[in-house]
Amino acid sequence: MDRRLPPRGGEWIDRSRPVEFRFEGAAYRGFEGDVVTSALWANDVRLMGRSFKYHRPRGLYSLAGHDANVMLEDGLRTNLRGDLTAIAPGLDLHAVNTVGGVDKDWLQVMGRFSRFLPVGFYYKAFHTPRLLFPFYEKQMRKAAGLGRIDSAAVSDPSPKDYAFGDLLVVGAGPAGLSGAIAAAEHGLKVMLVDEQPRPGGSLAWQGAEHPDVSHTLNGLLERVDQLDNIELRCGTQAAGWYADHWVALADDCRLTKLRAKATLVAAGCFEQPAVFQNNDLPGVMLGSAAQRLMHLYAVKPFDRAVVLAANSDGYRVALDLHAAGVVVAAIADLRQDGEPTAVAQQAADAGIAVHRGYAVYEAVPTRGNKRVRGAVICPLDRDGNPRTDSVQQVDCDGIVVSVGWAPNGGLISQAGGRFAYSERIGQLRPQQLPEGIMAAGRVNGVFDLHDQINDGRRAGLAAAARLGQYEGDVPDIPGHRGAPPSHPYPILPHEGKKNFVDFDEDLHLTDFINAHQEGYDNIELMKRFTTVGMGPSQGKLSNINAIRILARLNGASINETGTTTSRPFHQPVPLRLLAGRRFHPQRRTPIDRWHAEAGAQMVHAGAWLRPEYYQVDGRSRDACILAEAVNVRTGVGLIDVSTLGKIQISGPDAALFLERIYTGRFTKQPVGRLRYGLACDETGVIIEDGVIARLGDDRFYVTATSGGAAAFYREMQRWALIWGTDITLINATSQLAAVNLAGPGSRDVLRELTDIDLSPEAFPYLGVRGGFVGGAAATVMRVGFVGELGYEIHVPASQSRHVWTTLMQAGRDRGIRAFGVEAQRLLRLEKGHLIVGQDTDALTNPYEADVAWAIGKDKPFFVGARSLEIVRKQPLNRRLVGLTFAAASTGPLPEECHLIIADGDIAGRVTSIAKQTTLGYPVAMAFVRPDLAEAGQVVQIRVDGGALAEAQVAGLPFYDPENIRQQTPSHR
Amino acid sequence: MPYRLIKFALSKTHPERRMFRAPAKLKDEYDAVIIGGGGHGLAAAYYLAHDHGMTNVAVVDKGYIGGGGTGRNTAIIRSNYLTPEGVRFYQGSVELFQDLSRELDLNLFYSERGHFTLAHSPASLRTQRWRAEVNKHLGIESEVVGPEFIKRTVPEIDLQVGGKQAPISGALYHPPGAIARHDAVAWAYARGADRRGAEIHQQTAVTGIDIRDGEVAGVHTDKGFIKTKKVLSAVAGWTTHITRMVGLRTPLVIHPLQALVTEPLKPWLNSIVVSASLHLYVSQSSRGELVTGASLDPYELISMRSTLGFAEGLGTGLLDLFPCLGDIKVMRQWAGLCDMTPDFSPLMGTTPVKGFYLDAGWGTWGFKATPICGKTIAFTLARDQDHELIKAFNLSRFEQFELVGEKGAASVGH
Ligand SMILES: Cc1cc2nc3c(=O)[nH]c(=O)nc-3n(C[C@H](O)[C@H](O)[C@H](O)COP(=O)(O)OP(=O)(O)OC[C@H]3O[C@@H](n4cnc5c(N)ncnc54)[C@H](O)[C@@H]3O)c2cc1C
Repeated sequence: MDRRLPPRGGEWIDRSRPVEFRFEGAAYRGFEGDVVTSALWANDVRLMGRSFKYHRPRGLYSLAGHDANVMLEDGLRTNLRGDLTAIAPGLDLHAVNTVGGVDKDWLQVMGRFSRFLPVGFYYKAFHTPRLLFPFYEKQMRKAAGLGRIDSAAVSDPSPKDYAFGDLLVVGAGPAGLSGAIAAAEHGLKVMLVDEQPRPGGSLAWQGAEHPDVSHTLNGLLERVDQLDNIELRCGTQAAGWYADHWVALADDCRLTKLRAKATLVAAGCFEQPAVFQNNDLPGVMLGSAAQRLMHLYAVKPFDRAVVLAANSDGYRVALDLHAAGVVVAAIADLRQDGEPTAVAQQAADAGIAVHRGYAVYEAVPTRGNKRVRGAVICPLDRDGNPRTDSVQQVDCDGIVVSVGWAPNGGLISQAGGRFAYSERIGQLRPQQLPEGIMAAGRVNGVFDLHDQINDGRRAGLAAAARLGQYEGDVPDIPGHRGAPPSHPYPILPHEGKKNFVDFDEDLHLTDFINAHQEGYDNIELMKRFTTVGMGPSQGKLSNINAIRILARLNGASINETGTTTSRPFHQPVPLRLLAGRRFHPQRRTPIDRWHAEAGAQMVHAGAWLRPEYYQVDGRSRDACILAEAVNVRTGVGLIDVSTLGKIQISGPDAALFLERIYTGRFTKQPVGRLRYGLACDETGVIIEDGVIARLGDDRFYVTATSGGAAAFYREMQRWALIWGTDITLINATSQLAAVNLAGPGSRDVLRELTDIDLSPEAFPYLGVRGGFVGGAAATVMRVGFVGELGYEIHVPASQSRHVWTTLMQAGRDRGIRAFGVEAQRLLRLEKGHLIVGQDTDALTNPYEADVAWAIGKDKPFFVGARSLEIVRKQPLNRRLVGLTFAAASTGPLPEECHLIIADGDIAGRVTSIAKQTTLGYPVAMAFVRPDLAEAGQVVQIRVDGGALAEAQVAGLPFYDPENIRQQTPSHR
Repeated sequence: MPYRLIKFALSKTHPERRMFRAPAKLKDEYDAVIIGGGGHGLAAAYYLAHDHGMTNVAVVDKGYIGGGGTGRNTAIIRSNYLTPEGVRFYQGSVELFQDLSRELDLNLFYSERGHFTLAHSPASLRTQRWRAEVNKHLGIESEVVGPEFIKRTVPEIDLQVGGKQAPISGALYHPPGAIARHDAVAWAYARGADRRGAEIHQQTAVTGIDIRDGEVAGVHTDKGFIKTKKVLSAVAGWTTHITRMVGLRTPLVIHPLQALVTEPLKPWLNSIVVSASLHLYVSQSSRGELVTGASLDPYELISMRSTLGFAEGLGTGLLDLFPCLGDIKVMRQWAGLCDMTPDFSPLMGTTPVKGFYLDAGWGTWGFKATPICGKTIAFTLARDQDHELIKAFNLSRFEQFELVGEKGAASVGH
């Protein structure tokens, strides 16, 4: 049966564009502009989903995505809201969380067990005997959860957008539109968003047939159109409000991050359910939903309807239904005095039976519970309780509920605003608004259309005034006149216990009463125990009723009862939008291309990619690494160390600053010399090391570890600010590149390419010189990290590739080879140099790491000094030592971080190991208990599988202990 | 259908009484006052009564029970820490947790899922190996596993993490890693303490503490003064307010920690997965939501506001790890306060103020400690002497530089 009405003005569907789609295996037709729920209803489909716990039939309820009755999957996506998903050709949908389809759903037997499953039942059972819990848990997990993921799904990266403006207006209904206009007319740049695909808010469906209303709407929209400084975005939800008007705007394909100066929330209200028996049955819907169906989608909701009303909106819906050809069999008005305005008479004139002081007590289902067959109505006594002795049944196929509203004020709460209950309107309204937050229209408790427009204007002016663009008066918020639009307690007890308060969680009235009985008698505890408001619709339709119930149970007012906190997001946001492009910058040095061509195997080092080693055909990884290392020991090698942090420090306080940052002394460091720098945190733990070059009296150049550079530079900036030292810090890490030319042949290679005098007298070990290398301006440092004669050459990044290839060419005759980080790690280990973060941990101090020599004597202060002064006087807990392993041993060797075991206890840990070395035997560094630290002692290390490997403690360094090779000139 | 549910079907009225009373007024004097009705304060009250017969005890909370970190955390329970002191302590908690639903007769949904700490670099693989070795030495199930094992257990994972970052090279795997229903832990202890005589006073804020001659003499609250000789501060993220009242200096700093949940999904993720490189961890609750979080917000701040950057960062990391989740939607985000110690270990036990005990330094890791902390701190308060298991966590360690470094095991995987 086709329920589509004849064309009407203002409808959102395009009848010239039919759309075929599938639901639960059957084909349906709708029009472009339809959402899934409207199109299905137009095809007379009422059963569209199943509830979470009892698998009760569910259908269209709010038609605005305020409920989560209709959750769908299309094979790729899941938990799609039927109300918010446009139909599209080829869409093939199924309801989530059913077994055997939405119609048959075998899990509906759960409903039979509802008496066994009171609120919080899962806390009360299944845990004994303990062994059975995993079984029960598995069943419960299977039953819980809604959609299934598709493990093969892929999503395209989505863009992210930034927007800026003076005022964000949320909601393009009458209040939002007029607010945006007022603000824009005073020069504010306005972003106006609405989650619906078209603007108009309630004007599009409430009273939409009235010429005045459409005239008003068109007027507002024309004005918005004229104003260039309003950007209107429909189909866009303001998903969350964050500090300083930083707002997440989400549409179908992107996340826009907006920075505004003020926010006007004109997001309207959520119409609220009444609680009565079977109030979740397909065919029971909100008045606003029936109006949306008729006016936006031109669908006739029912043939015969009963309206449960507690405000004039209910009467208007009844009249709308009547006009659309629906027989309105009755209006049951919860209020003893009925409706005071003229719509009451209009209803009577239309021949509609109005029952004052009546409730719909029960929705009567057809067999199988899938449709409404009638409504049981009954009078209420003076206290509002149903008089079940005089019930009567009215035949109908639909029940419409118009009993009240709740503000859509999540953004206001997120901004720190508070709500208070107003008896006049029977609902919560904003009480204290934080700076720069405005509210207008229905969310602000303003219900009359003209009042809403005025209230919007008021708020727009208030925004303009706040931003200094308007100096006139800002009018007051229009007061509410007439009866409250919301009923104070639209909740009817019923023994059948199918009177639902929270549809998402299948919670009925008794669940709340029982939770209260068990002591969950404040709103937060009640929420947590019952899980009210924790489902996919986040309590949009259940929070206020839960508060009303609790208030009554406690004999307290709504304000005494309080509310729970609203958190982002308004409607759930897909991870895809939050992730955006998933930008993962990779850092490569300027010499990267050369490495690739030379067969480098790259390794991630933080964000950097570095050559681990260079693959030589037919050789294993280990053999390649060892060969690179041997070549440095015997000839000459070149490594790209551009990833080192490179920090320039200048200014009158430069030396003083370094003395505070590092443990060593720098004020007396001669120009042209290098010193080792060791840095600790306030607790005396080693955090960084590097080389400090003095280039001039007030000028230093500092290197930092590749991994730690960014954090250390930040730390330097922080301290510089705290101390107020007169220095300039420049992070030149990417501006400059660096290579280390190392090995006995390095001087000969370099000599041909530089104007710097490399003679040992002119350029000794730990010297730094400026000059040209291969034509590029360079800073050259004589360092010995790998334990050979070596020069670290720093040049502008743009020239580094040239310098590199020039060095490689110059060294060709001497057998120069590039070496990677692995060979460097091996060489430095042989030389006994520690790597911060590998040979130290989150507690290592300089004494136990055997680098206390780097602590300057008699310094007044450095970061960590006070702690180290205490640590120094205490006995050491452990010491960093060398370990050697027998060359010939065939037994297992430890991995890094295997434990040293003595007397059955943990007595240390291997921090670095090299299994193949240029020394001919494996070596390691390790922390050991002080009593095991004497050279020559034998220690046992527990390796994989539990066996013990044996090693001998040795002094460091293993290689060239006299430090001759890096200091004295090599022999020609 | 378990027999325990049958009574609900048979009874005409709801056959349950209050889980905890709501005493109308504070008494003039208690043998001990516990500040903070989170899991820790309530567990302390329970064990004081249960183990030590101390029942004239009040637990006071400025809000409602379980409303602090207890109700905001992501409920990960594990013992694969790095230091022997830490491992022993948390293992004690795991063992209590395993039998806690029975002991307190409330189903806490203690669910052993298995816990992966992914390694994306040789450095993190080293740390995982270190933890595994210490764990195994102390009898804890904990092992470094390779990428194939991870993929077999969590097939949805992309070991290449999208191809732009270091791939997953292994993980620390801890089979007993578990999650539980955090609120229920608080309620179960509340009921246990209440039934044994302790009083729980919600909506009661401590505003000051009286010290006479270096000893606790009483507690000021917004509902009046209480005389007592023993006070336990179990307020986690609010600890600095309380220590100020007694003039104690601690190295605690407060940082926010955030979390978010997706919409409920049918079960697919059976493990707890942590990646420090991607700054995230995730598990699937028994309700089907993905519960996920990151490391601390990097600044000191006493605020429970969410940030958008956090949600964006987690979106990125989750899709790097599980590319199939693009259309899965985030439902809700929130934040809590964490009282951070410099060494990522707790701060517990006796203090220089006689009668004032600390149950603090819970940072991002305190939920899992609830049972063992309750038990050991109850011992400490009853005997005025630090329990063996918590000696290493005393405030004095900061003066003596005897820190218990857990940063490597607690910075992202809480
Ligand atoms: C997002 C997040 C995720 C986390 N994830 C984990 C995890 O996975 N695993 C884990 O082990 N830990 C986790 N934690 C840490 C854990 O939540 C906390 O360490 C733990 O909950 C602390 O419990 P508590 O009982 O000590 O304190 P809380 O539960 O915070 O209770 C303190 C109570 O003290 C009350 N209070 C404060 N001041 C006063 C006063 N002046 N007077 C009276 N009462 C007062 C408060 O109202 C509060 O109820 C996480 C924390 C957060 C924020």
